[in-house]
Amino acid sequence: MRSFAPPSVLPDISPTRGEIGCRVGFRQSPRSERESRRPNRQSPPSWGRWPAGQRGARQNAFYGVLLSIFSLLLPLAALAADLPALTGRVVDNAGIIDAGTRVALTQKLADFETKGSDQIVVATIPSLGGEEIEPYANRLFRFWKLGQAKQNNGVLLLVAPNDHRMRIEVGYGLEGTLTDLHTKLIIENDMVPAFRAGDFSGGITKAVDDMIMVLEGNPEELEARGKRSEQAPFNSDDLFFAIFITIWALIFFGGIAMTVLPPIFGQKIGPGRYRWLGMTFDQNRRSSSGGWSSGGGGWSSGGGSWSSGGGGGGFSGGGGSSGGGGSSGSW
Amino acid sequence: MITERLSPPSLFRALPALLMMAFVLPLLAGCGYNTIPTAEENARAAWSEVLNQYQRRSDLIPNLVETVKGYASHEKDTLDAVVQARAKATQITVTPETLKDPEALKKFQDAQAGLTSALSRLIAVSEAYPDLKANQNFLALQAQLEGTENRIAVARRDYIQAVRDYNLTLRTFPSVLWATFWFRGNEPFANFTVDEDKMQVPKVDFGTSTTKQGG
Repeated sequence: MRSFAPPSVLPDISPTRGEIGCRVGFRQSPRSERESRRPNRQSPPSWGRWPAGQRGARQNAFYGVLLSIFSLLLPLAALAADLPALTGRVVDNAGIIDAGTRVALTQKLADFETKGSDQIVVATIPSLGGEEIEPYANRLFRFWKLGQAKQNNGVLLLVAPNDHRMRIEVGYGLEGTLTDLHTKLIIENDMVPAFRAGDFSGGITKAVDDMIMVLEGNPEELEARGKRSEQAPFNSDDLFFAIFITIWALIFFGGIAMTVLPPIFGQKIGPGRYRWLGMTFDQNRRSSSGGWSSGGGGWSSGGGSWSSGGGGGGFSGGGGSSGGGGSSGSW
Repeated sequence: MITERLSPPSLFRALPALLMMAFVLPLLAGCGYNTIPTAEENARAAWSEVLNQYQRRSDLIPNLVETVKGYASHEKDTLDAVVQARAKATQITVTPETLKDPEALKKFQDAQAGLTSALSRLIAVSEAYPDLKANQNFLALQAQLEGTENRIAVARRDYIQAVRDYNLTLRTFPSVLWATFWFRGNEPFANFTVDEDKMQVPKVDFGTSTTKQGG
């Protein structure tokens, strides 16, 4: 089961944003560190060359980093805390769906996902906590990442019984199929009358049936979506390319590295012989094995770890997003 | 191997330096050289989405006006106000190049806010016409309009976030170093202000309607 990433409304803290710092992947030798530090010591302080607006930047750098880290982490923690966890295809936190219906719905939604890869999730929360349902549903949708990553074909049906509000939030990829009007009609015709009568399970089941009917309305389109989603993880071109690059890099850089790195990092044990990483490198002997004398410590090729997605039977969003499609209603 | 041919010690000494360069230069990407351009492009893309959704709303309006006209022709003032507000809003565009100018953004925002309020008046007025409310076309347009208003809200929120990220990269360490020494031409983008954001959400609630106007 994949771990949940923060909602995409918030910034992903990725190293490329620069807040985490440099990603220099290897240790420099003491000699080159000394070399790189030398110019700094000689150069005059560069205050004067800074534009007026940036003059205090170096002073404020520390506070800037602190501030940015806090401003990123605080809302992230706060927002993630009040959103329910995606425990399954039916997340009934308000406890308004009876057990039989929940099992049936889960089965129906799982079957539907295997058919066309569209992810429909039913969620109920007791209360919105004063928030409008539209931003809440969007936040929850993006937090759960419903739908497949490239297709964005998720649908979230959210019911908040204490606020008497419901919403069908549609992912980007399904906006053309399950239009705003469809969702409006489903809400007004299926859910509102049933909910007014107190029949939450019936209303939700009917709404889910109708959504599936609309999404199945164009079978070719549904199959195409399913195929596109299947292809995504097993793109053979990418795989061949990755293998090719890996082998090429191992041959090219490995050869250079084996001649150059041991003299720098290794321990000299004789003329032209170095010991590094538990291996002995002999620079003087041209052997077919390229100088490995003991294979004990060798490195494994970085082919990447192939984790099988969805292991353990858990359910998780496929990485989709929503731009606020769908509609809401109240009863 | 290669080193056999590079027997003079000086050349052999130079090689590690060259190798360091070969390894270190690509790692600049890890040091944040890409941070500012990435954030800038994200902000521009978010702005394009905002424009896209406003355009979508603007495209819905002629149909809506025609439909309402058929049932409520004597609400001429309200209808005219919507048409005028639309004309005004379509005249003012903010291209990604002028995003640095807060004035331009404010003008755009004001024009769109005018259209929002004219539209919500039109929807409010149409509540008084049962025939209109029962019209399938009107129902469809209303659902689309609501959806679009919500998409505008989402797009604006994404834009606010993207601009915040971008402006942060220009002002915070370590990317501020790149901004100072390399990306001198980059200026912070103007953002939607919270006050206007709140002003722009007139809520029309007649107690009977499920209509929610936002944007």
